Amino acid sequence: MPKSICIEQVAEFLHDGMVVMFGGFLGVGTPEKIIQVIIDSGVGGITLIANDTAFMDKGVGRLIVSRQVKKAIVSHIGTNPCTGKQMMANEIEVELVPQGTLAERIRCGGAGLGGFLTATGIGTIVETGKQKLIVDGKEYLLETPLRANVAIVKAKKADKLGNLIYDKTARNFNPIIAMAANLVIAEVDEIVEVGMIDPDEVVTPGILVDKIICTGGC
Amino acid sequence: MKSLDVKTIIARRVAFELKNGDVVNLGIGLPTLVANYLLQEISVILHSENGFVGLGPIEGSINPNLVNAGGQPVGFIPGAAMFDSAMSFALIRGGHVDVTVLGGLQVDGVGNLANWMVPGKMVPGMGGAMDLVIGAKKVIVAMEHCAKDGSAKMLNKCTLPLTGKAVVTMIVTELGVFTIGRDGFILEEIAEGVSIEALRSKTEATFSVSSDIKLMQGFSQHGSRGYDNIDN
Repeated sequence: MPKSICIEQVAEFLHDGMVVMFGGFLGVGTPEKIIQVIIDSGVGGITLIANDTAFMDKGVGRLIVSRQVKKAIVSHIGTNPCTGKQMMANEIEVELVPQGTLAERIRCGGAGLGGFLTATGIGTIVETGKQKLIVDGKEYLLETPLRANVAIVKAKKADKLGNLIYDKTARNFNPIIAMAANLVIAEVDEIVEVGMIDPDEVVTPGILVDKIICTGGC
Repeated sequence: MKSLDVKTIIARRVAFELKNGDVVNLGIGLPTLVANYLLQEISVILHSENGFVGLGPIEGSINPNLVNAGGQPVGFIPGAAMFDSAMSFALIRGGHVDVTVLGGLQVDGVGNLANWMVPGKMVPGMGGAMDLVIGAKKVIVAMEHCAKDGSAKMLNKCTLPLTGKAVVTMIVTELGVFTIGRDGFILEEIAEGVSIEALRSKTEATFSVSSDIKLMQGFSQHGSRGYDNIDN
């Protein structure tokens, strides 16, 4: 079945209360066209998992402004004043997670692992409610995996099987979230024929990608 | 002293800590300025938490998909490598980053650092800071000696939520350079024209003075490497 769909069809995969992972670091590497579809769809109660809440007018920050997010699991909200305001007013729940822990929790979710041990957050409020284990005399926190209903990926190029390559720092969380969701939708600048991407250059194997949206001239 | 001068003094001094071949992560804000003052004879590899090593000046046109950890456009040097966030933080936690330079709100004499939130006022989030402080081999806090309201930032005990427990290796301010010993802060260098008494009056924490105390390095250093475009 062809994986390539048109942008309007993305709405079919959205529902209230869904857990969504987004690629992007301060909006760089975030699929803006799909975010617009989510805004237009009006779905609410979203649990958003991403590195940060970007800016009010860029990246996933727009979904905060449109009040479609019930809970955000992120490492940083400082660049989007709207997130802080909603958090102070108890209109949104924010779980702040150290960036490396967030990335690895997602990786565990996609790699079939039950969690991992990290020294990050030891002696801080991050350890609240978490199990501590000592390995070779060193203290670690047990961090648990994260998964989502849908992962929304931004890539530079896909072939028709969904093999993906990325552009510079727009890669960030994209390859990790592509492993950790039941449905993976990739927004790409360009789709090429199968065989046009050198297998050694593929970053995300196409078997992980369910749907492809091309926003370039394709 | 104007605010800009203070930041320049701190950034220049931090640059002296970087050794040839070091993999270095510079935090957002003041630490980013350190790249402007790298010594001519020293070659370091800059790690950017959003997913690459080999950060450099912009050459030619700006690529909106190539930014530093503050989201500002940057360039890369020949030999740079791009990777995802899991790899980026594996490099950090795994001890593959030699030096991290971060800002600070509070530091105390056991090396605790608080720099990510002020309850009820400012909750930006920790970003990558908690991973950097436990993973990097050397943790340098580059900060102005006192807060904007004049209150001390080097304390006997941090009062703000911590970023890391007993993680700080060195503190560089415009007034001096401190390390952390078994009994707390040790003053290693002092800025020209500043007395130890004046320094004590601006430092809540008690500190000892190194038997080998020196004048602070870097006041007359001009070692710009042309990284001005990543200056914020």
